[in-house]
Amino acid sequence: MKPADHYQEDLASIRKMMEQSSKFLSLSGLSGILAGTYALLGASAAYYLIQFPLAPIDYRQESVRGANLVPLLAIAAAVLVASLASGYWLSRRKAEKAGQPFWNETSRRLVINLLIPLATGGLFTLLLLLNGHFGVVAPSLLIFYGLALTNASPNLYGEIRYLGYSEILIGLAAALWPGYGLLFWALGFGVLHILYGAVMYRKYDR
Amino acid sequence: MKNPFDHLDRILEHRVRLQIMGVLTANDSFDFVSLKELLQTSDGNLATHLKALEREKYILVQKSFVDRKPNTRYKITERGKQAFRKHLDAMEEVIRAQRK
Repeated sequence: MKPADHYQEDLASIRKMMEQSSKFLSLSGLSGILAGTYALLGASAAYYLIQFPLAPIDYRQESVRGANLVPLLAIAAAVLVASLASGYWLSRRKAEKAGQPFWNETSRRLVINLLIPLATGGLFTLLLLLNGHFGVVAPSLLIFYGLALTNASPNLYGEIRYLGYSEILIGLAAALWPGYGLLFWALGFGVLHILYGAVMYRKYDR
Repeated sequence: MKNPFDHLDRILEHRVRLQIMGVLTANDSFDFVSLKELLQTSDGNLATHLKALEREKYILVQKSFVDRKPNTRYKITERGKQAFRKHLDAMEEVIRAQRK
């Protein structure tokens, strides 16, 4: 073997190690599709709760009534838990199939980078909610989620960065038109997740 | 013409050492056990290479205790970064020279 071939292999192995050590590549695209589906189901339930008989694309003039707060929170919590559970389960399965460690330095770093903006956003939204600012929920959740994704994107597939940007933009739009909050919420957490999940699945899971 | 081989760093002429340097370039710091899992080497082999890099002051060692278990973390030094970059450039030079 010529030295050049040897060095070429060295370079390839360095590149592989750099990527493997900094990126959590077991995130399953399928879990994105599922999370999006749960979000759409949740959004439909919320629609019947707060907007029906108004059409889904109609601008809602009234704010959410306090009595609806608990059921809405329950729907949101159910969507969150179901998404996290299927994400955990499917990613774990993908890691096992690839013979790669699931919980290690890299995934730990990913969780921390995701959680800092996400937990801040969650608490921030909850505190505003307790003060009766219902209109802020959809935009702030979308924006903080987008920031969390952009923050964690060095530890994920590069494309996640663009998902993050899109969530931020949708969140800002939701702030501009609070009456479309539910629609933007369904777009950001539902449609985008399904779209991105499908792209990731085609590109990396098969 | 200069010989491209002259620019190669003898300390870095092992795949495991190159991989260690790569991982420490991509991450702020990395611990021994995770490094071993990632590179799939034995304790002894990894320790020997880490020692060699430490002796050259290419990497720093930080020992601490996490849950009463010893935890050894490694960091790349500025000197290590420069040496690694130079060595990578030299490898590319060699590849280019032989492809002609």
